[in-house]
Amino acid sequence: MAEDPPAPQIVVPLRHPWTWLASALVVLIAGLVLFSVATNPAFEWPVVAQYMLDGQILLGLSRTLELTVAAMLIGLAIGTVLAIMRLSRNPLLSTLSWLYIWFFRSVPVLVQLIFWYNFAALYSTITLRVPFGPVLYAANTNTLITPLFAALAGLGLAQAAYTAEVIRAGIVSVPHGQTRAAKALGMRPMPIFRRIVFPQAMRVIIPPVGNEVISMVKSTSLVSVIALAELLYTAQLIYSRTYETIPLLIVASLWYLIIVSVLTAGQHVLERRYRQR
Amino acid sequence: MDPMVRIRGLHKRYGETEVLRGIDLDVPAGSVMCIIGPSGSGKSTLLSCINHLERIDGGRLWVGGDLVGYRERNGRLYELPERQVAGMRQKVGMVFQQFNLFQHMTALQNIIEAPVQVKRVRPAQARQRAMELLDRVGLAAKHAMFPAQLSGGEQQRVAIARALAMDPQLMLFDEPTSALDAELVGEVLAVMKDLARSGMTMMVVTHELAFAREVGDELIFMDAGLVIERGAPREVLGAPKERRTRDFLSRVL
Repeated sequence: MAEDPPAPQIVVPLRHPWTWLASALVVLIAGLVLFSVATNPAFEWPVVAQYMLDGQILLGLSRTLELTVAAMLIGLAIGTVLAIMRLSRNPLLSTLSWLYIWFFRSVPVLVQLIFWYNFAALYSTITLRVPFGPVLYAANTNTLITPLFAALAGLGLAQAAYTAEVIRAGIVSVPHGQTRAAKALGMRPMPIFRRIVFPQAMRVIIPPVGNEVISMVKSTSLVSVIALAELLYTAQLIYSRTYETIPLLIVASLWYLIIVSVLTAGQHVLERRYRQR
Repeated sequence: MDPMVRIRGLHKRYGETEVLRGIDLDVPAGSVMCIIGPSGSGKSTLLSCINHLERIDGGRLWVGGDLVGYRERNGRLYELPERQVAGMRQKVGMVFQQFNLFQHMTALQNIIEAPVQVKRVRPAQARQRAMELLDRVGLAAKHAMFPAQLSGGEQQRVAIARALAMDPQLMLFDEPTSALDAELVGEVLAVMKDLARSGMTMMVVTHELAFAREVGDELIFMDAGLVIERGAPREVLGAPKERRTRDFLSRVL
């Protein structure tokens, strides 16, 4: 006996009136803020537009990018050494590494930068000599430690402490069986690290290092306190002359936004590639 | 002729626990020795001592007539540096329970890595040899796959090919099928049988008693760090003399 198909049931989804109300409120507030930003003449948008591609600003921008790359490279190089020391069986090496990481993560980078900048007060000359023997090299500290040197030392050495922890976590994440297999094949310790462990550690290392690069872009603005003409200090130089403080801070902010956005997009691509295998 | 592996009075400790408590063994060249025993009996540790992945605490061990891990002078043993141990390990292939293929390399890259890096074989030549070995384990078509894309049985066959690429004189198998789903065990055992038939000296820690009976020249039963019983597989499995062997066999059969 054929039965009639049951009548289709009508499902009424649960309504969320409060969500709708909250959304409307948020849109309203955002609209008000946007309206105010666009119409308040104190923002001086024409001035912002005028300085966005100003030669001096672009020079500061390139200096910011150079500082980011150089400080990250220093951080990665020293950080790798620190990570390997930290994992060493030698208790002296691992303790030294621990102390370094503890110190450079505990003192604010801004303080470190000012310290390096004033290094001459601590040692007026820097001498390289054979112990109790002839002097190989001597220089006045003030000529040696330029603002650029102080900036790279301050940013790079602090970054090394953070990177070391990231790299250590990456190395530890590679299963011990990988090392055992490589050893069993007759590979020596250095090639095992270089060819087997490190490439696999990279998968764990890359995403957080991407974050570190992004925060480094912003950290470089700290260097403005030691009169190095990166993006922020360049903006400051201009507005101290023209008194267009807000528009120039907006110019700097827009550039930081652009760099960080581009880097974030790049990080997404990298992460996806490393996740695939 | 010297046996391929000669072990005398081997002791190994992890902290307070003695894992190996005086092992004496000879493995003649070209023979297959199977090792069975309950977990924790020290059989895997024994294999790891033979290629010095584990440092030994007492006794002596020779592979192909060479003392493993140490140099003897004036009645004293001096531990060798890691790079010299590495030289000796080239002669000994090892296959692990968990395969341990290099996860960031394809099957082919896994196989050519050691020949190119350690033996300095030219890459083109190493690739050709690797393809022959992959063909031998029935995986030539999958040479470009990464380990994560292969089944457990396929990974283990690649791992065997990787060990063979170094032209070892001795192959150590550490529970090669224990991590595999039941239906994948056969394909790995088939490769191992083929290898035994070709005359390779093999030491196999295994729970596959049928394999031991068919392929093994000698079977040893270990318990609590000692060799309890040894003999032809048929005899040990068919008519065990020791009570501990009987107990173990009644539990696994």
